[in-house]
Amino acid sequence: MFEDMVTARYYEERLQEEYLEGKQPAFDISAGPIPGELHLAAGHEAAAAGVCRHLREDDVVTAPHRPHHVAIAKGVDLERMTAEIFGRETGLSKGKGGHMHLFDPDVGFACSGIIAQGCPPAVGAGLAAKRRNTDGVAVAFLGEGAISQGAFLESLNLAAVHDLPVVFVIEDNDWAISMPKGRVTDVADGSRRADGFDLPGVRVDHDDAVAVYDAAREAIGRARDGNGPTLLEVQVHRRMGHFMGDPQSYRPDEDSEAAQNRDSIERLAADLRDRGVDDEALDEIRERAHERVDAAIEWAKDQPQPDPEAAHEDVFVNPPSGVTESEPDFDLAGGDD
Amino acid sequence: MAQQEQRVERELTMSRAMVEAIAHEMREDEEVFYMGEDVADYGGIFDSTEGLLSEFGHDRIMDVPISETAYLGAAVGAAQQGMRPIAELMFVDFFGVAMDQIYNGMAKNTYMSGGAVNVPMVLTAAVGGTYNDAAQHSQTLYGTFAHMAGMKVVVPSTAYDAKGLMHNAIRDDDPVVYLFHKRLMGIGWMPAPDGPKTPVPEDEYTIPFGSADIKREGEDVTVVTLGLHVHRALEAAESLAGEGTSVEIIDLRSLVPLDTETIRESVAKTGRLVVVDEDYRSFGVTGEIIARVAEGSLSDLEAVERVAVPDVPIPYARPMEDEVIPGVEDIETAVRNADSK
Ligand SMILES: Cc1ncc(C[n+]2csc(CCOP(=O)(O)OP(=O)(O)O)c2C)c(N)n1
Repeated sequence: MFEDMVTARYYEERLQEEYLEGKQPAFDISAGPIPGELHLAAGHEAAAAGVCRHLREDDVVTAPHRPHHVAIAKGVDLERMTAEIFGRETGLSKGKGGHMHLFDPDVGFACSGIIAQGCPPAVGAGLAAKRRNTDGVAVAFLGEGAISQGAFLESLNLAAVHDLPVVFVIEDNDWAISMPKGRVTDVADGSRRADGFDLPGVRVDHDDAVAVYDAAREAIGRARDGNGPTLLEVQVHRRMGHFMGDPQSYRPDEDSEAAQNRDSIERLAADLRDRGVDDEALDEIRERAHERVDAAIEWAKDQPQPDPEAAHEDVFVNPPSGVTESEPDFDLAGGDD
Repeated sequence: MAQQEQRVERELTMSRAMVEAIAHEMREDEEVFYMGEDVADYGGIFDSTEGLLSEFGHDRIMDVPISETAYLGAAVGAAQQGMRPIAELMFVDFFGVAMDQIYNGMAKNTYMSGGAVNVPMVLTAAVGGTYNDAAQHSQTLYGTFAHMAGMKVVVPSTAYDAKGLMHNAIRDDDPVVYLFHKRLMGIGWMPAPDGPKTPVPEDEYTIPFGSADIKREGEDVTVVTLGLHVHRALEAAESLAGEGTSVEIIDLRSLVPLDTETIRESVAKTGRLVVVDEDYRSFGVTGEIIARVAEGSLSDLEAVERVAVPDVPIPYARPMEDEVIPGVEDIETAVRNADSK
């Protein structure tokens, strides 16, 4: 868990550096080596690490637009993920998807930039596992801002009535871009939404990775044993702006500071020390994580840019034959002028 | 730009011009309000509501939970009560999560009720790519909205047009879809070309829907386009002028209603039609424009070219995005091809 968390944090620190290259001093989103928007998850690591420790490679995870920490905890290929974020040919999606649209079917990972879009497919993965009689589990991660979305609520209900092996994990960072949680829901404890579907709902406060681990063991075990879905809400913190370049003028300084002061990684380190793990061992883990991240980033940056023509491929697995994109010669005058 | 002959010194970005029209309408009519995600304290991710909160407060500049079905449907409901909501869908790509409220409610209730109810709302949304945000945040779904009967569809390309069209949109008794291109807004973090920033009169004015604007006069080839690509076409026309090709550029400004007359008149003069669109190629704006000209004045047509996104989702990496979104050079090539026929 500690290693996953440290890896995710350092990975994003490095991405941030790379992302800002060429985009400053005046922030220009279309400049620099990393294309598009970038949503970083610093402060969210405990949720992903605590849950994914209980998952197998054949379990399925769907993540939202802030996906890197979940991807790392689920074991997504770090090099190919990084190449994807840099928009390179050898990226997970050949440079077509980018940071919000990472797909690694080898470890059952997908994410999406549409809020709550991952919930129904997680239900579908749970359905497939149940129908095929495997003991596979699906986990859908979402933000607290996403719990207002129909796709989430409909998914809870569908999973509940069919007793599907799905765990919904809300990462509650208190903010949905500029909207504080208190202004989008009157129910501070998001796990209580489970009551309306007669499901177990559990909330873990203080982004405590160990508590997440314990709660997730129970939820995932329940799903694996055929006892249906659980809703798990984890308090995390958004240490950064919503996306890189977000000036956060809507956010009180105290709130940003509080987010900096509550660090799940520090908390877990202290916990581990209490349990007798020495600093040297922790440093070793950190060092290993840094080396792995640096190597992935170096590798990714060396990868080739995609051929522009590749843009036309992959629309279909089975491209319609005999029908070409119409590019006829509209020579209506019928030949020479 | 004929309408701008009244001498105005003050230049505004497109977002400022839109906001000015909204603020004016909100002052005039208590029933006008704005709702959407991050429109209050943030001022709109694309500055579409910048500054409105301080004047109108949270009751009329309403932040809503991430629940497009609920709040776009609520706009339909409030409009049917005679209010005049403006509801912002942050990125047009998100319309899918609320498609039913838009397509089966907002668009159809007037008709299904035999005119007994109407839906005087404005749905605003950001469109467009060119900054590598990939397939779920870069679409330009002009054709999607124009395709279904019951919604007026408006697409400004300059600050002047943005203001005049917004006044109209809010006052219109029908649902209006008002699509603004991110690249034209003049946002700090996404540099705009110079073109969209224009002189804008302080006073209110309207630009009737269905009045295309000839943004550049020419003799040899007619280019019909809208949104960002008006500016790309103007740039292409400038360099083609150096080659001796005179290009006329028609900015549609609205798709529903569509000013077919202006297009046909121009084609009657030039005989050559190029349609440029940032939306998907098939079943879209390019096909529609060409069909209309063919229906009414086939004999005027000597050559037709279309430039659009080649029916692929918008890819993330720069070289591929550049490949599919029409650039200035693509427009130049199409004009040359048309001109050589
Ligand atoms: C359907 C849809 N509506 C709106 C958005 C724009 N949007 C992207 S992230 C976001 C806030 C999400 O907040 P939350 O779920 O709490 O996750 P967080 O960003 O805090 O991790 C919004 C509104 C979107 N991507 N999809």
